[in-house]
Amino acid sequence: MTTRELAAHELHAHAAPQGFIRKWVFSLDHKVIGLQYYFLALTAVFVGMFLSLLMRIHLIWPSVALPLIGEIKPETYLSLLTMHGTIMVFFVLTTAPQGGFGNYFLPIQIGAADMAFPVLNMLSFWVTFLGYIVMLSAFFVVGGAPLHGWTGYPPLSALQSAGPGEGPGADLWVISIALFCIGALMSALNFITTTLDMRARGMSMMRMPLTCWAWFITAILGLLAFGVLFSAGILLLLDRNAGTSFFVPLVVVNGQLAAHKGGSPLLWQHLFWFFGHPEVYIAILPAMGLCSQLVSVFSRKPIFGYKAMVYAMLSIGLLGFMVWGHHMFMSGMSPYSAFAFSIMTMAIGVPSAIKTFNWLGTLWGGRIRFYSPMLFAIGFVSLFVSGGISGPFLAQPVLDIPLHDTYFVTGHFHLIMGVASIFGIFAATYYWFPKMFGRMMSESLARWHFWFTFVGTYAIFMPMHYLGMAGATRRYSQFTELAYLRDLIPLQKFITYAAIVTIAGQFIFLFNLFWSMKYGKKASDNPWEATTLEWTTATPPPHDNFGGHTPVVYNGPYEYSVPGAPRDYVMQNDPATVAAH
Amino acid sequence: MGLVLLVVIWLITFVSAYFFIAKTWWLPTGASAAAAGIDHHFTTTYILMGIVFVAAQVLLGLFAWKYRDRAAGSPARYSHGNNTLEIVWTVLTLILFVGLNLMSSSIWASERFRPAEPGALQVEVTGMQFAWYFRYAGPDGKFGATKPELIDPSAGGESAIGLDTTDPASKDDVVTGTMYAPVNREVEVILRAHDVIHSFFVPSMRFKQDVVPGLAIHMHFTPISTGDYEIACAELCGLGHYKMHGMLKVVSQEDFDKWLAAREADKQ
Amino acid sequence: MASYTPTVSLDDPITSTGGNGHIPPHHHDGDDSGPSFFDVRLRRARLGLVVGLTGIVMIFISFSSAYVVRQGLPTLDPRTDILFHDWFPVPLPRLLLINTAVLLISSLTMEIARRQAARKAALAQLTSVPGVSMHAKEEVSWLALTVVLGLSFLAGQWMAWREMAASGFYVASSPSSSFVYLLTGVHGVHLFGGVVALLTAGAASLLHRPADSLAIAVDVTAWYWHFMAFLWVYTLCLLEFVH
Repeated sequence: MTTRELAAHELHAHAAPQGFIRKWVFSLDHKVIGLQYYFLALTAVFVGMFLSLLMRIHLIWPSVALPLIGEIKPETYLSLLTMHGTIMVFFVLTTAPQGGFGNYFLPIQIGAADMAFPVLNMLSFWVTFLGYIVMLSAFFVVGGAPLHGWTGYPPLSALQSAGPGEGPGADLWVISIALFCIGALMSALNFITTTLDMRARGMSMMRMPLTCWAWFITAILGLLAFGVLFSAGILLLLDRNAGTSFFVPLVVVNGQLAAHKGGSPLLWQHLFWFFGHPEVYIAILPAMGLCSQLVSVFSRKPIFGYKAMVYAMLSIGLLGFMVWGHHMFMSGMSPYSAFAFSIMTMAIGVPSAIKTFNWLGTLWGGRIRFYSPMLFAIGFVSLFVSGGISGPFLAQPVLDIPLHDTYFVTGHFHLIMGVASIFGIFAATYYWFPKMFGRMMSESLARWHFWFTFVGTYAIFMPMHYLGMAGATRRYSQFTELAYLRDLIPLQKFITYAAIVTIAGQFIFLFNLFWSMKYGKKASDNPWEATTLEWTTATPPPHDNFGGHTPVVYNGPYEYSVPGAPRDYVMQNDPATVAAH
Repeated sequence: MGLVLLVVIWLITFVSAYFFIAKTWWLPTGASAAAAGIDHHFTTTYILMGIVFVAAQVLLGLFAWKYRDRAAGSPARYSHGNNTLEIVWTVLTLILFVGLNLMSSSIWASERFRPAEPGALQVEVTGMQFAWYFRYAGPDGKFGATKPELIDPSAGGESAIGLDTTDPASKDDVVTGTMYAPVNREVEVILRAHDVIHSFFVPSMRFKQDVVPGLAIHMHFTPISTGDYEIACAELCGLGHYKMHGMLKVVSQEDFDKWLAAREADKQ
Repeated sequence: MASYTPTVSLDDPITSTGGNGHIPPHHHDGDDSGPSFFDVRLRRARLGLVVGLTGIVMIFISFSSAYVVRQGLPTLDPRTDILFHDWFPVPLPRLLLINTAVLLISSLTMEIARRQAARKAALAQLTSVPGVSMHAKEEVSWLALTVVLGLSFLAGQWMAWREMAASGFYVASSPSSSFVYLLTGVHGVHLFGGVVALLTAGAASLLHRPADSLAIAVDVTAWYWHFMAFLWVYTLCLLEFVH
């Protein structure tokens, strides 16, 4: 054995834990931690969906009293809205793809036995979990959850008197986010170190699956962005509780002069969006990496333009830090800055377009197998295109004038960040479920789920673009007060009905997930005939991932349909090598 | 399955596109001088992006069907990509996106890079939880002083904006809950907020600007047709955000003068 | 077109497409020319520290940028509609200079402790003994001294705060004072984290943990500590010279 193999072996020879607590609660195994993150996100997504259901119902039936909940007041609607956004963005989109699947599969796909720092990994999950509990507790304190939106603009979020829910609920919201930031930074540390330092022999950076590139770049974005959000949160907490005035100028609320002066609400916006824009790429990059993986596997073709895909993700990451001002075109920021930000924003559309062309290029000339992961991957491409097309409208300040803070924006980010990313999570679940649980999920239930969700989410979010163009403003708890908004209520009704049906369809997935864990057809080690390293090991993988045999990598990750090869796929660790010209 | 995907993707694409083309729900008729330019550029953008949207979705659906795995078929094409193609479509996309942006920037510059014309009508717009107030300087052309300590929203009107009635310049200031403007004359709005961020949004004028406490933002627009235009608040400001609305009434210069004179008379 | 080679010699695998694929040289048993287990772990720990410090740097960059922006921001007096600057720098207590000296000295003691631990680990490697730490007391004394100095620094910072409060400058007194408390406070919290790490390393040493694990822990803590000293000097310069 070489020294390196000895090291890996030593690290894990005695490490398999015993006992329920060491094995499942405070586990150091990245696979268990990945599942913990995943199930956290699963509960969060159903909470978030439930909140959005209540919101949609209230919008078209504002004075109806619901069973158990009663009538939803305007401030309650805004709390639902705030918590929906916050929970979905942080505890679903930033948790399942990276903390969930990234933790589980990054080490295996690069041929490592675990993450670089298993104890830190465990801590990062429990800190995130604590953040989640703190977030949910905001519902149960005096005044309830905050009503200032997931973006939390001061002075509304900084003044306890500015609205119901802006008392202890808002403090808990900030604290929860601060905890989340800490957990995310710890996790990013692990991902980056692991990717740079623990790849198996032969696994060069340019032989990594695009999922690994995506997790790696996402971690870098997180490392650079979450610190800024944390700082903003500290400043907000001080403004709220220590009488400082970082963000609050001289204000009069309800006729009372507040004890603040000189602060700048725009300072919050700059700090928040400096984090907030990379955050949306954090939410979508893992899904992009997975989409690349899946279109390749299920077309039986190499990914079209591997290098271009890597460079595209790197440019998206880099440019992602230079565009934050496009959220602030109407904010009172200098119009010259707006112009600069808008050019950068149009530029960032280019690498996204390249990725789309390359996904299409991968499908072209392929032999497509329509298993459930592939359905969601194709759905992802469609949704990414639709959500992306509305971007160039918003990126131009002059067109942002009529569209900012309307339903056009809501439709845009839900399609491209919310739904597309969720399709990535579904695709990942259907794809990796066999490896994680040793059984297949039901394909027929998966198809029902796909059609419900694909058609349903289009029915919900495409009409929002029409609403936005007609001037329908966001974050309104009802549309009864302005004539032109009343005229749009029929379209709002359609959206609500579509939402009810789509949400109902998600229970198919939930059922399929848990039922298949016990009763699904037993899975082989490589049911999809894929080439990456997770499919070379047992199902589920042993504690040290490879049963003591550290892999050696000879090939790239997408060697499908290689002319002259005995099968239409060549594993990455297959010593029979492929050389292309 | 490939065929079903094609049909569904194409259907979604064409149905969505239909509603965009038919303008079933669309921007309200433009009523300001800037609207024509903005709307024209909106049309340019939506035609170009619409073509890209339809093309991409059509290809996606087509490929899903055409390249489905069939029992008797040639193996998948083994290709790692095509560098020339990558460069070509990267450059084309860059030209399209940046080109669109540069086209719109002249409109942005004309709206935002220049101050109001000298003869513009000045209106101070103040947003507060949850109402808009409008102040006209009156014959002396000067806005009287306001003091935060004097602000009393519950009393409405002059008290709501904290007008200091001891200041002589305040004597002829008119404060209303409805905004009046004469047609075909530039309006300079001075935008303020008392408590939290609001946003002054007049869809028909293609005008939107956040009003921020601690800032007095000067902006301008020119109404070009008479009528009543709704004003909506477009930045989440608290529980009453949904009902923080106002009305802009654009009338002839004559009618505007009459209205203002009547308001001045009411003050005596 | 591609070429597919079904068999290949394990000693010399051909590189494949997908970029700079290579196989590192194959070591035979007993070959000591490659990185040792200790070297790998040390490198990995240091890499992790650099990555982690990047995250912390972003926190301080955002606070610094808020500081600079706030300084230059004029405030609108709603009574007169005049924009005026309301930034009046808080006079910093001289005590901060003494605290700085204490922290820099602690960096010295930290470095001595680090080198000692590294020497012990190297010794343990050469003799191939897992390395029970024999001279724990000597090493622990340098660690302990660093802890004492670190805690003294923190106590000194607390006293500096009391001094500012006595002159009437509290957290919310003025924008300048807010930032002084904020920046010194956040730095202090991070330094306290370093103190906790030192105490843990000291305890591990007293409990005779293997010399190599100890060396890695002390090494990472030492670099963190040096960085905290650097960060403090930066913060002080920011507060003193950028106003």
